[in-house]
Amino acid sequence: MIDSKVGQKSEVEILEAVIIRFVGDSGDGMQLTGTQFSDTSAMFGNDIATFPNYPAEIRAPQGSLYGVSGFQVHIGSVEISTPGDEVDLLVAMNPAGLKTNLHAVKPGHTIIVDTDAFSRKNLEKAQYEANPLEDGSLDNYRVIEVSMTSLTKEALKEIAGLDNKSIVRSKNMFALGMVYWMYDRSTDHTIEFFKKKFKSKPHIIEANTKVLNTGYYFAETLELIPNAYTISPAKMEPGTYRIIMGNTATAWGFLAAAEKSGLELFLGSYPITPASDILHELVKHKHFGVKALQAEDEIAGITSAIGASFAGDLAITTTSGPGLALKGEALGLAMIIEMPLVVVNVQRGGPSTGLPTKTEQSDLMQSLYGRNGESPVIIIAASTPANCFDFAYEAAKLTLEHMTPVILLTDGYIANGSAPWKIKSVDDMPEIKNNIVNEAKENWHAYDRNQDTLARNWAIPGTPGLEHRVGGLEKDRISGNVSYIPENHEYMTKIRAEKISRVQNYIPDITTEFAESGDLLVIGWGGTYGSLHSAVKQVNEEGYENIGYAHFNYINPLPKNTASILKKFKKIIVCELNSGQFANVLKINFSGFEFLQFNKIQGLPFGNSELTGKFKQLVK
Amino acid sequence: METTAEKKYTFKDFSSDQEVRWCPGCDDYVILRAMQKALPEMGVKKEDVVFISGIGCSSRFPYYMDTYGMHSIHGRAPAIATGVKLANPNLSVWVITGDGDSMAIGGNHFIHVLRRNVNLNIILFNNEIYGLTKGQFSPTSLVGQKTKSSPYGNTQQPFSPGELALGAQARFFGRIGGNTPKEMTKIFIESEKFKGTSLIEVLQNCPIFNDGCFTEYTDKAVREDKQLFVEHGKPMVFGKERNKGLILNGLKLEVVTLGENGMTQEDLLVHNAEEEDPTMHQMLVRLRYPLVTGIIRSFHDVTLEERKEAQTKEVKANSNFTKTRDLFFSGDIYEVE
Repeated sequence: MIDSKVGQKSEVEILEAVIIRFVGDSGDGMQLTGTQFSDTSAMFGNDIATFPNYPAEIRAPQGSLYGVSGFQVHIGSVEISTPGDEVDLLVAMNPAGLKTNLHAVKPGHTIIVDTDAFSRKNLEKAQYEANPLEDGSLDNYRVIEVSMTSLTKEALKEIAGLDNKSIVRSKNMFALGMVYWMYDRSTDHTIEFFKKKFKSKPHIIEANTKVLNTGYYFAETLELIPNAYTISPAKMEPGTYRIIMGNTATAWGFLAAAEKSGLELFLGSYPITPASDILHELVKHKHFGVKALQAEDEIAGITSAIGASFAGDLAITTTSGPGLALKGEALGLAMIIEMPLVVVNVQRGGPSTGLPTKTEQSDLMQSLYGRNGESPVIIIAASTPANCFDFAYEAAKLTLEHMTPVILLTDGYIANGSAPWKIKSVDDMPEIKNNIVNEAKENWHAYDRNQDTLARNWAIPGTPGLEHRVGGLEKDRISGNVSYIPENHEYMTKIRAEKISRVQNYIPDITTEFAESGDLLVIGWGGTYGSLHSAVKQVNEEGYENIGYAHFNYINPLPKNTASILKKFKKIIVCELNSGQFANVLKINFSGFEFLQFNKIQGLPFGNSELTGKFKQLVK
Repeated sequence: METTAEKKYTFKDFSSDQEVRWCPGCDDYVILRAMQKALPEMGVKKEDVVFISGIGCSSRFPYYMDTYGMHSIHGRAPAIATGVKLANPNLSVWVITGDGDSMAIGGNHFIHVLRRNVNLNIILFNNEIYGLTKGQFSPTSLVGQKTKSSPYGNTQQPFSPGELALGAQARFFGRIGGNTPKEMTKIFIESEKFKGTSLIEVLQNCPIFNDGCFTEYTDKAVREDKQLFVEHGKPMVFGKERNKGLILNGLKLEVVTLGENGMTQEDLLVHNAEEEDPTMHQMLVRLRYPLVTGIIRSFHDVTLEERKEAQTKEVKANSNFTKTRDLFFSGDIYEVE
């Protein structure tokens, strides 16, 4: 029933960090298993980073290679900034999961398999010619074979009211129980979770608890799996924390901005992977007066938000790449009528439908230029699951203070990833001003501008004496009425651009980490912060102290001091999950520099070793 | 500042300083003036009135109204107006659209605003042609109609806006000729009173690209004989002599003459605009002789805003969250020392 091929260890090994990946069929509950393990670890005090990797099909054919769903969690007693790439423990619920994930397991490390799933049929579906558990192909690993399905069935035979399907589906909790014991984690949090989630179904609570505990005791009682690993709590800044997913953090950032600005939040949105969770989160919060419209299409998502903004709400729309393409014309309207509006684009693999569940940073050029005419907007990008909160807040602040649309870029990787978040309250956040005019004045004009920001003033329907018309036709520079005067068009085109470039005066300078000058500057932007930061950190610790790192969250406009940091390094490499879009932006803006590129376009985040290898090679 | 609540407006209060640029003789002028006359009768404050339009000749309308307004992008006005209304349900929101704007590029938003029953008013300027792009056939152009883009005759079957609207669950549908400003003004006032999405189709003549498209029904000399102007609760009588009427014969409407075959006023159908079942309204919309004008359907139903407001109220009453702080610090939180 159980077989430990690498033999027993008796001492408890103290590790700084460990990477665990749970894989199985898309119906096997791997996302839930992974989330429970990471939440429990975070509560224990570990730093964590997670990475769900699941197929676009909701229930792909059982046992197929493309139907494999995975959840990776990186836990540590040290700062963790990525989910990691090489895995210490793989839990494979079927042959397809083993086949598609084996390459990620460090040689000599552990694989737990459900032997009941290694039937001839499943082996064939996974395109195995021989059973890998028998043919010696796993000799380099420590394989723990457990007949998890049978053990789960056995454990549940006395609980009434369960059908076979529910019984088999709870085997993921057996696996989780085993892993809890291995890493010295308590099952309490998960049992509490069952109690809340299945409040009205006590037999389901009982069944899941039973299976979880059975897995836990199984690992303990047989003593064949040594309690080999403990990971102490990480040294983190004192405070109150919670685990937050990127998309939730984005939603909460807008809630905070609405409260701080005193405006009501309006969301117009059409469901799209991987952005829908922001919609799901915001619709819950009617208690804060959040108004949400699940629209008939992407265009109605943004245009209803434009309407709400016109009527005085803090208005946002959420989408992913293809949706941004559909919103393009309306975004141009918001830009020319100079209304506040935030468009969140949770980037995914493109073009067209592309890779909906995979990550990519390939919408940068679309965000910058994907509209007719000259229509610049502010573009900012979040870089971690937790700071999605800060950048959503910042997007709202910038749009209200500068009266221009803002595109907030996140991506599937940070949007679905989770990490500890030191909770912020609205009191900790910066002030948000707005440009609302409350009463009529002599000689008032809709396009009167703030002399510093060039933001026009915002007169809201319902305010007497400020009745005015806006629209997509070119506007007269003062009254906002339609104007076909050639010089006026040139003036307005320039002032709209100037308004965006002046945002430079209101955003922080770019800084470098690890080295202020030296041989190599690593540049990243958006959701790759975790991978790049840990890779540069690692090479620095290995003695490559002349490598600096600059991470951009502000894309348009770029920070004012950008050129000055570029000058301080002999070589510059721009790393991004596309063919070089940000590198091109830098080339356009800063002449006289050579921008080397490191690009990956596989729908996956950067791996640590590919980055460190490249950096070392460049400074050799 | 004077309190606008008690202020008596005239049509001039709603005229902007912008020069009106429609072609001479266009029915759009009639609609503009009818609206400027209707607004002072509605009891709404000027600052609470918002006009949202799409693209096309009709969509220049907001520029000529001295109210809040947005001339937006092609076909999207219903979605923008929905956002305006959800943000501030106290506003009086009007969508100005044409047959190309609402039936072609904006077809999706058009059916969804009707389905949702947002409390706003849509004025559909139907001239069965694209005017601003200079004369292509539209989704309401007739089969065989010769236009710039159908030199041998239009081969596409048209939509009937009323039928499409009722299919999309419109609760209020009115139809009016572009040359009958008095009746038009009345219908505009009624549409504002109605809680829910009101759709008014104006049969609007385009003197340049589709001149005379509705003349057979709207010409002064024939309109009493060719149009049946329905009013809720009144028998369906029409004709210069007021001697024609409608009866239901089996599953079809039939025109009868009073006094012939013993027909009296009592035999005629009485218009019930407020009936939930739209079957009779559909039949009236489809009829071509007589062409039915007036308020064909006016069925009171819950609006989107009412549903949303009630739900928000209930959620607020049952929630422990009043500030975001309450949410952020709820649930699974933990301390790091």
